[in-house]
Amino acid sequence: MAHEHKLEIFRGLWKFKSNTQKIWGVLIFLTFVTAIEVVLGIYKPEAFMTVVLGMKLLNWVFIILTIVKAYYITWDFMHMRDETKGLRRAVVWTAIFLILYLIFILLQEGGYVFRVYENGYIKRDF
Amino acid sequence: MSTTVVSTGTEGKTWGGGNKPLEASYGKMMMWFFIVSDALTFSGFLAAYGFSRFKFIDAWPIADEVFTHVPFLHGQELPMIYVAFMTFVLIMSSVTMVLAVDAGHHLNKAKVTLYMFLTIIGGLIFVGSQAWEWATFIQGDYGAVQTKGGNILQFVDAEGHRVALRDFVVADGHKDRVQHERKEGLWFVSEGTLPAYTVEEVLKGLKSHENVLVRTQIINEAGEKTVLSRAESIKQIEKNGKLVVEGANLHVNEYGSPLFADFFFFITGFHGFHVFSGVVINIIIFFNVVLGTYERRKNYEMVEKVGLYWHFVDLVWVFVFTFFYLV
Repeated sequence: MAHEHKLEIFRGLWKFKSNTQKIWGVLIFLTFVTAIEVVLGIYKPEAFMTVVLGMKLLNWVFIILTIVKAYYITWDFMHMRDETKGLRRAVVWTAIFLILYLIFILLQEGGYVFRVYENGYIKRDF
Repeated sequence: MSTTVVSTGTEGKTWGGGNKPLEASYGKMMMWFFIVSDALTFSGFLAAYGFSRFKFIDAWPIADEVFTHVPFLHGQELPMIYVAFMTFVLIMSSVTMVLAVDAGHHLNKAKVTLYMFLTIIGGLIFVGSQAWEWATFIQGDYGAVQTKGGNILQFVDAEGHRVALRDFVVADGHKDRVQHERKEGLWFVSEGTLPAYTVEEVLKGLKSHENVLVRTQIINEAGEKTVLSRAESIKQIEKNGKLVVEGANLHVNEYGSPLFADFFFFITGFHGFHVFSGVVINIIIFFNVVLGTYERRKNYEMVEKVGLYWHFVDLVWVFVFTFFYLV
C-alpha cells in the first residue's frame, strides 16, 4: 500500500518533507514544462527548425517534454513510484512496447502512401 | 453452516488465494490494467492520426492557424493560449485529486470532501472549455472554397493575412437555390444548411478585389502555405471551385483536409467523454464521502481508484495537447 511514500524526485535531487509538499512541487514542475512548450509553440525559434531523423527538432523537443510530463504524472500523481517493481513493469513496459510497435507500423505506412502520391502514380482517390 | 470450510490451508502460499499479488489490492490492480488497455485505445487513435498526417505531410493544416480563439477576446489571433489554460485546469484538478487521496490516507473526511469538490469543478471547467472549442471550430471564421478534388482554397491579401469571404464576396439577392427539406417532395432525402455564398459569387468577388489572392493547402519549404499569383488564383477558382465551405464538420473542413476535422472530433470527443464519465464517477464518490461510507469502512481506497482514472484522463490530454496543438 502507498501509505509510505517515497518523497524524492529527480533521483534524490529534490527531497520533500511530506507527500503534500511533493504534490505541489510536481505541480510547479509540470506547469513549468507546459509553459516552456507553449512559449516554444508560439515563437518557434529558428534554431529548432533543423530536421533531425525525419522530423523538425522542435517536434522532438515537444515529444520528449510530453514524455517527461507523462512520467511525473504516472510516478507521483498515480503513485507508481510507491508500487512494486512487478506491477510497475507489467503496466509500463507492456504499454510502451505495444505503442512503439503500433506507431512504427502506422507512420511507416503513412510515409509510404505519401510517396506514392508524390511520385504521381495515383493523383488522389481516397 | 458450521460445516462450511472457511480455511483451505493454502493461505499465504502464492497461488492459494487471499494474498495480494504485487502488494496491490484487487481493485487497484484491475484499474491499472484497465488503464493500460485504454491507453492502447488512445494510442491507436493518435497513431491513426499520425498515419493520416504522414500521408498528407505536405498539405496538413497548421494547428496554430486553426485554434487561435480565446473566449471574450474577439478577433485576436492568440494561438495556444486557451488550450494551455485548459491543460493547466486539468493538471490542477489532478493535483486536487491527489490531495484528496492523500487526505484519505489520513482519514480526514473534511479535506477529502473539499478536494473532491474542487476536482469536480476543474473537470466541469475543462469539459465546458472543450465544448466551446468545438463550437468555435464548427463555426469557422474565414470560409474557403473546396475544389473538385477535395482540396481547400483559402483567401489572403497581398501581405499574406487571411481574408474572410464576407469581406469581399457579395451574396446575390436573387438566389433561386432553396435548401431542400423533407417536407418538400422527396421525404427520404435531406440536405445540410446551404453555404451563404455560391462559388460564382466568390469568383465575382475575387475578380473585383485586386488584392485578394488564393492560398492552397501545400506547405512550402519555409513551412508556410503556398500563395498563388493573381492570374492563377482566378483560374483555380474558375476551373476547380466546387463548394463554398464555412467551418468544419465530418465532411468538409475550411482549414484543410477533412481528415483533420474528423480526427479532431473523434479524439478530443473520446477524451471529452472520458472526462465527462470521470466527473460523473467523481460525483458518485463525492457523495459517498459526504455520506461517510468510507469513514465507516476506515478506508478511502475507492477515492484512490477513481483518482487513478482521473489522472489517466489528464495523462491522455498531455499527449492529445502535444499531437494536436504543438507538433
